[in-house]
Amino acid sequence: MGLLSDPVRRRALARLVLRLNAPLCVLSYLAGIAWFLALAFPPLTQRTYMSENAMGSTMVEEQFAGGDRARVFARDFAVHRRKSGALPVAWLERTMRSVGLEVYTQSFSRKLPFPDETHERYMVSGINVYGILRAPRAASTESLVLTVPCGSDSTNSQAVGLLLALAAHFRGQIYWAKDIIFLVTEHDLLGTEAWLEAYHDVNVTGMQSSPLQGRAGAIQAAVALELNSDVVTSLDVAVEGLNGQLPNLDLLNLFQTFCQKGGLLCTLQGKLQPQDWASIDGPLQSVQTLLLMVLQQASGRPHGPHGLFLRYRVEALTLRGINSFRQYKYDLVAVGKALEGMFRKLNHLLERLHQSFFFYLLPALSRFVSIGLYMPAAGFLLLVLGLKALELWMQLHEAGVGPEEAGGISGSSPPLPLTQGVGLASLVAPLLISQAVGLALYVLPVLGQHVATQHFPVTEAEAVVLTLLAICAAGLALPHNTHRVANPQAPDRGWMALKLVALIYLALQLACTTLTNFSLGFLLAATMVPAAALVKPSGPRCPLGSWPAVCCSRGAPGSSACSAWHLLTFLVRLLGSRSEAPAASALGGEPWMDTWDMELARADLAQPQVHTPTLAISAHRGPELCLRR
Amino acid sequence: MELKKTFNVLYPPCPDYTGNSRSAEARTSKGWGGAGLEEAGQASREKKKKKKKKNRAALRHSPRPSRCRKLKPASMVDSCFVSQGLTALAAFLLFPFDSLAASQIEDQAEQFFRSGHTNNWAVLVCTSRFWFNYRHVANTLSVYRSVKRLGIPDSHIVLMLADDMACNPRNPKPATVFSHKNMELNVYGDDVEVDYRSYEVTVENFLRLLTGRIPSSTPRSKRLLSDDRSNILIYMTGHGGNGFLKFQDSEEITNIELADAFEQMWQKRRYNELLFIIDTCQGASMYERFYSPNIMALASSQVGEDSLSHQPDPAIGVHLMDRYTFYVLEFLEEINPASQMNMNDLFQVCPKSLCVSTPGHRTDLFQRDPKNVLITDFFGSVRKVEITTETISLQPDSRIMESSYKEDQMDEELMEPLKYAEQLPVAQIIHQKPKLKDWHPPGGFILGLWALIIMVFFKTYGIKHMKFIF
Repeated sequence: MGLLSDPVRRRALARLVLRLNAPLCVLSYLAGIAWFLALAFPPLTQRTYMSENAMGSTMVEEQFAGGDRARVFARDFAVHRRKSGALPVAWLERTMRSVGLEVYTQSFSRKLPFPDETHERYMVSGINVYGILRAPRAASTESLVLTVPCGSDSTNSQAVGLLLALAAHFRGQIYWAKDIIFLVTEHDLLGTEAWLEAYHDVNVTGMQSSPLQGRAGAIQAAVALELNSDVVTSLDVAVEGLNGQLPNLDLLNLFQTFCQKGGLLCTLQGKLQPQDWASIDGPLQSVQTLLLMVLQQASGRPHGPHGLFLRYRVEALTLRGINSFRQYKYDLVAVGKALEGMFRKLNHLLERLHQSFFFYLLPALSRFVSIGLYMPAAGFLLLVLGLKALELWMQLHEAGVGPEEAGGISGSSPPLPLTQGVGLASLVAPLLISQAVGLALYVLPVLGQHVATQHFPVTEAEAVVLTLLAICAAGLALPHNTHRVANPQAPDRGWMALKLVALIYLALQLACTTLTNFSLGFLLAATMVPAAALVKPSGPRCPLGSWPAVCCSRGAPGSSACSAWHLLTFLVRLLGSRSEAPAASALGGEPWMDTWDMELARADLAQPQVHTPTLAISAHRGPELCLRR
Repeated sequence: MELKKTFNVLYPPCPDYTGNSRSAEARTSKGWGGAGLEEAGQASREKKKKKKKKNRAALRHSPRPSRCRKLKPASMVDSCFVSQGLTALAAFLLFPFDSLAASQIEDQAEQFFRSGHTNNWAVLVCTSRFWFNYRHVANTLSVYRSVKRLGIPDSHIVLMLADDMACNPRNPKPATVFSHKNMELNVYGDDVEVDYRSYEVTVENFLRLLTGRIPSSTPRSKRLLSDDRSNILIYMTGHGGNGFLKFQDSEEITNIELADAFEQMWQKRRYNELLFIIDTCQGASMYERFYSPNIMALASSQVGEDSLSHQPDPAIGVHLMDRYTFYVLEFLEEINPASQMNMNDLFQVCPKSLCVSTPGHRTDLFQRDPKNVLITDFFGSVRKVEITTETISLQPDSRIMESSYKEDQMDEELMEPLKYAEQLPVAQIIHQKPKLKDWHPPGGFILGLWALIIMVFFKTYGIKHMKFIF
């Protein structure tokens, strides 16, 4: 209690913080990084366990035996699709009706923000087909969704075949207490988003779509299925959703238990479960998996169609059939049985999935790190900012006296009004300006692309990039009123006050980001904290001193950070020697090789919130910018 | 009910009544020996006295009329006799009397009066809802099936089920509740009369049912219309913990509440003997606090133990039964109305090797030796009745009657009052030792002290100064 009120002790503490500041900061930063890496190892990771009573065990009998039927459906679907060149809606409707579902269609259209050069589309329109299996003895108050996205590049015909065969099998069972919706969407995420918006009767992306004719109750859980290859040797599960949202851990546990029961090879981020923890391989593999997950989550992109369901608080995950050229292959019966088991257990649910974790990291499929254990890693990083701010605060208080007389009792009181005089008033302008620049970065490129294309010989995509660059450059050129901050009688005082405010602001923003999306927050903190802590005008006229500050403040706004994640992801993938997906197919099929503008198009279409962190970044990077002399 | 009223009219409960009934009882039981007793000799009678003392506990607290009994040997060999008593309440009793061994006759006579009940009731409670608690409903229904098979009618069974598993949409076999996997035994049966269902199964309703504090509008099927001659079976199952049983995910009943309810039942003369069975985690904690007489309690597990499930069925997708009740059901399936199995056999039903948990039982409140308590005393509604049209004449042996009467009178004096268990251990509960009395000087000392003071006062001032004082 007396630690801070007692002047002697307070001074001792202040001296300690001042003298040991640099080592403490380094120590704290290293502790944060070390803690994060330690998350992959057993004391911090726990085995996953099923929390939901209603889904307690895998004790259900899977009777699905429609493997041949699924293959026939898949072949027919592929034939019809090739014939029509788009989703064979009529055929799907007919087939779904023949297996006994209530069938409806929904048409949607949306103009992409930029023309999609790779797929040659600008105005996208498509039709979703979905069939509802009504629960025979229950009211239609709850439902489950099995969805298969059919993109323009991925045929996914095996998945459609399996979906139809499963629907036929499910139709024959009488134990359903929830309606089951079998949904085939066109144009990947676009179709899924259109259907979800129509189902929940909202419109957040400006999609034109016809209203749904038939609906079931509130969706409790959803599974998306992607089987691009005819040969499946393992199943990969994707959990990361929009803006790093994750489904309840119980859903993943359910999948994992059925994988074990059926003897399926299941992977997470393309990685198998580490087998031996004794040797170096196991922990190394789990570190890789953890890093991949963090990068995926930090990107804020949905890792599959399930990611869009999460926005509506529908627990969902995506299963991908992977062909990694192994000896042993699974037929559709094995995959179908796992799905049947999962749906039957989900059917037993009485409440929404809520018992298990919503915030977690996964170093392996059967291990998780809970939020209580991973938050300290980010906490240590943010502590660096706090320590720096504390140091600045003390220096500001005692700047009037020399460092050797800082202990003098009279020394602390006279500079105080001076500090306040320097602070606040003069700090408002730079802060406002940097906020405005952040806002401009967020809004202007998208707003101004059409104007740009009319007046300059550029495409929309190029326009966005160029606008971003222009705003960055303009931001540097703007007058920041820093000369007012630079007080003549106390030259250091100005930048100290500004940096103090900037550090606190940055720490707050990072803490908020970390709470909602740990991966993004942690990666931002890991990269920005050293720069923010170190940056300092070393001399009044030294341009080198201001350079890092500029670099750090303006060099990497959100979009390029986004592509940086992809690069990192790719690197980590290449490092992982035991990656399940062969590099070639990963490069071919995976979205990180898409052009950057398509990325942005998707981001803009399906996830308007994805820019929010970007805004946050640019906003809290703003104040740093003013350190430039 | 009518029978009961007659008893009350004839034998108003008064303190001296017990002795009378006791002696009448003894008289009849001795009398049955008839001529055979003469051969038996004094020695065997002495031996019997000890047994009788035990049995007395069951008899003494409740008035029992001596009834006119017609005893007829099964083998139709020897003579029986008609005891003196009230012919209005005639009960016809089968009494095998095939040999001349008097001890055997006495044994059987005692056997007959081991339990003082005239009617049986059962309260069967399942407190959990939700599909994954299928097993609790199956537990309760399996006990229901057994008691019904052994003769307790639906009118005497109060069945409380918190959820309807048979009609749950998740049930792949609608209108059934199975207790064995592969659909071997459907405990739902053809006629199940559920008295309290779904949200009616609450702690309040349960306690009101037990204690009889029920609104007058309550239908007869939802009442426990027992009297002081009723043997009641109370079976409960659900999710519980140390000292409580959860009702419906929203409320709990504690072991103290339950014990108090039983005490209230006892005071309101709502039971003769009570068998309490509970299948839940830490079940033994539920009967720890009982303190009313004539309660025997069984639980599926000790404090600190979980009760485990049994019979996983992939087709239905849930566990069908709990282990303890599963083995109890297997045991009960072997019981028939004439079965001589006793409570000790029930205690052995689920050893730890089968149950995984350790089943517990408590008999200290119960007045009879468990080995003399038939399973059918609680699970069945068994009346040993045979109608005879022949006239049987018996010569009562006046000498024996007289001597036994004297013995009985002596016994009466020795008889200790009905035993209660120690009630709530209040001191333990509030963690306080009884407060020690402060030391106080004896009264004489204080009186003497005052006398001394007054004496000194008068010595000093003299009596003449009195007027200055007052």
